[in-house]
Amino acid sequence: MRNVWIICRKELRSYFVSPVAYLLLAMFAVIFGFFFWNILGFFIREGTEAMMSGQMFPMNLNERVIRPLLSNISVVGLFLIPMITMRLFAEEKRTGTIELLATSPVSDVQVILGKWSAAVVLYGGMLLLSAVNFVFLFKYGRPDWKPLAIGYLGLLLQAGALLAIGTFISTLTKNQIIAGAVTFAVCLLLWILEWVTGFDTAAWARVMAYMSVITHFESFSKGLLDSKDAIFYVTLIFLGLFLTARSMESLRWRS
Amino acid sequence: MITVTDLTKRYARHTAVDHISFEVHKGQIVGFLGPNGAGKTTTMRMLTCFLPPTSGTATVAGFDVLEQSFEVKKRIGYLPELPPLYPEMRTVEYLQFVGSLKGLSKADLAKRVEYVCERCAIADVKDKLLGKLSRGYRQRVGLAQAIIHNPDVLILDEPTSGLDPKQINETRELIKSLAGDHTIILSTHILPEVEQTCEQVIIINKGKLVATDSVSNLQNRARGAESLLVEVGARNGLIDPAKVQSRIELVSGVTRVVLKNKRDSRSVFEVESRKGLVRGDLARAVVEAGWDLNELRPAAVSLEEVFLQLTGDVAAAPAEEAVPAGAK
Repeated sequence: MRNVWIICRKELRSYFVSPVAYLLLAMFAVIFGFFFWNILGFFIREGTEAMMSGQMFPMNLNERVIRPLLSNISVVGLFLIPMITMRLFAEEKRTGTIELLATSPVSDVQVILGKWSAAVVLYGGMLLLSAVNFVFLFKYGRPDWKPLAIGYLGLLLQAGALLAIGTFISTLTKNQIIAGAVTFAVCLLLWILEWVTGFDTAAWARVMAYMSVITHFESFSKGLLDSKDAIFYVTLIFLGLFLTARSMESLRWRS
Repeated sequence: MITVTDLTKRYARHTAVDHISFEVHKGQIVGFLGPNGAGKTTTMRMLTCFLPPTSGTATVAGFDVLEQSFEVKKRIGYLPELPPLYPEMRTVEYLQFVGSLKGLSKADLAKRVEYVCERCAIADVKDKLLGKLSRGYRQRVGLAQAIIHNPDVLILDEPTSGLDPKQINETRELIKSLAGDHTIILSTHILPEVEQTCEQVIIINKGKLVATDSVSNLQNRARGAESLLVEVGARNGLIDPAKVQSRIELVSGVTRVVLKNKRDSRSVFEVESRKGLVRGDLARAVVEAGWDLNELRPAAVSLEEVFLQLTGDVAAAPAEEAVPAGAK
């Protein structure tokens, strides 16, 4: 556990001494802010129109603002995750520092967990910063906080899964750009897999759609904690980290 | 301290290390000598548990590198050919990171960082970014990193490569001063380096062990005969190399004369002789015979020559390969 923390701390440090972390935090904050403003603006116009026409249907903040916002943000995450994971192992392989880690009394699993958890913490930081927006929502409205919390949990789980896959891809190359590009392609693919149900509902299409990370975010964005979806993400996390461990091992046998 | 038995590393196409066996005793400095691509780095990587051997065993401080790699890793300090530095870290931060990675407690860590900074003379770059350090400092930080947890065994892969002569000397002195507390294996392809720093030498070539010997024995073998390059010229007209050669052979102490190069008015000979004062006699003989002595200098004893002297079969191998190529 101590070793995991040592590695994690080192990774976080290198995120924050380079502009990477600040860039990601800033980009995420701006994009999140834009979506928030956009969706809220739409919500307010709708509300005004409804009032003017004398309709008094219930305007639910959770349903009309938080849910679409979190759905959009879950997609934004796909684009930023490659930037978080691409250097994790590729950089160590390029500069040769991987030899230091591999000849120190720490296990591969500790190294992997340390690096992955640093990535998760950074993403968690981005989410935390975005939560500022909701202060306004709670000040002027009365949304339910529980679905929001579950939505955030979903975002974190989804990111955890994609970060694990990104970590794995980073072990495959010395080149950060390649690691980033491949991770981006895989993330994108895991998103658009969902679209096949648009033209076909056969069994294979449903299986493919089921593998999409977005499909499983649906329930989280509604504020429902569906164990099936949570388990999907956790499984994906384990799969990604397991592949990373195998890849690190094969690195030794091949190189 | 280190026992290697039939250690082998095979890749898909070639064998990098082929059944190497040797032993290193506690407190020794051992030079691992061989040309580039001889398998030095591969052997060291197996000793540091970075690469698993294909077959054979190696034990460090009594622990097997494959079975008990955790125990081995605790007891070795390793400096790869390229010091494994994180460019975005400061020297002290880096040493603290490596120290804690190697399992030092918080209380020990501060003391050890202080100590290795002193020992490796890097105290003046403590707060500098590693990416901004010069080659010499990087190498020393690399060494500091290797000794931070006071390991029993130090494995240094070409610790002086890429340094300027002054830095090379400083690094060698530093390594020598470390010898008391640690058992050291250092690899190099530079013969004088072994002579200056090591007590014992292990020579490998093409993955095979060529010789293990003490440095003084190796020196005797290599320097038993002195080799001189002599250029003889004639002031007017042509020179008959055969005549010159027979004259030089008459000089007492000369054991062998080989004509290396011939032009119209001058020829170059390589003269092997027993150690002693042959040069004066040689010069006098040439001048008294009416020729000009253009040049007289010791032929450098290259590592390649030591190899040839040490191993007849290794030297013969390339020649054998050349025959079928020529027959075609």
